[in-house]
Amino acid sequence: MSTTFDVLVEVSLRPGIADPEGSTVERALPALGFNGVDGVRVGKAIRFSIEAGDEATARTQVEDLCHRFLANPVIEDTRVEVTPR
Amino acid sequence: MTARVGVVLFPGSNCEHDAVEAVESLGGKADIVWHGATSIPGVDAVLLPGGFAHGDYLRPGAIARFSPVMEAVGRFAADGGPVVGICNGFQVLTEAGLLPGALQKNAGLKFLCTTVDVRVDSVQSVLTADASVGDILRIPINHFEGNYTCSAETLAALRSEARVVLRYVDNPNGSTDDIAGICNERGNVVGLMPHPERASDPLLGSEDGLVLLRSFLGAGARR
Repeated sequence: MSTTFDVLVEVSLRPGIADPEGSTVERALPALGFNGVDGVRVGKAIRFSIEAGDEATARTQVEDLCHRFLANPVIEDTRVEVTPR
Repeated sequence: MTARVGVVLFPGSNCEHDAVEAVESLGGKADIVWHGATSIPGVDAVLLPGGFAHGDYLRPGAIARFSPVMEAVGRFAADGGPVVGICNGFQVLTEAGLLPGALQKNAGLKFLCTTVDVRVDSVQSVLTADASVGDILRIPINHFEGNYTCSAETLAALRSEARVVLRYVDNPNGSTDDIAGICNERGNVVGLMPHPERASDPLLGSEDGLVLLRSFLGAGARR
């Protein structure tokens, strides 16, 4: 008996890794009148669903997937959300 | 020199013909090998060219490392075969775990398309064996993700084992320790961001890449 889980993986650059896209967005903000915005970081959101027996199994599989493919652990961190459908 | 070089073509590679041309200009033979190939029989050396393999989707090299040919390239490298990755090819080699570290986005926020001076800092690799330490080579670069980064332990190992083969004279992209190219422990797998095949004829403005490609072909011919 397996359940479908909706998964959201957020991939972000690790602290200290250059984020030119984030810096460029941040520098553009004052031109639009947005002041005081700091620390802009641009990442990726990857959504999919997965079939698994339980939430812990689903999470283990997703974390393995993140480590081996969706993120490069040398430069990126991931945050995983697993929700039963 | 009769080395036969397999030049791997991924969907989105765009420097494969330049590489073939440069290899042939040195008297070598070159075969373009489709990324779907599961074996690479009869080649003495493997070259992963520049470009945007699989559209650079997810990260440069992230999907290319799963191309069937990469298992064969891994076996060839494990057997001591000479493998060089140029630009996107370097990114593929790091993603495949054949070289340590990663290439992050350039520190200066810009895609760089220019010609730079690089210094040969180690000749213990298949790409630099015929050069001399201290040689300054003028070679084009063409990348957005060329800023080499790695853990402190990896950097210490690269330095103490003379595995940083090329350094930028004037760091264009923020690369750690001015690194432009590195090799593995055995020196048979090399990755570099500059494009030696684009510095292979006086008409291109520089022939400084030839010494690197000649070293590579020599390593292939000795197999």
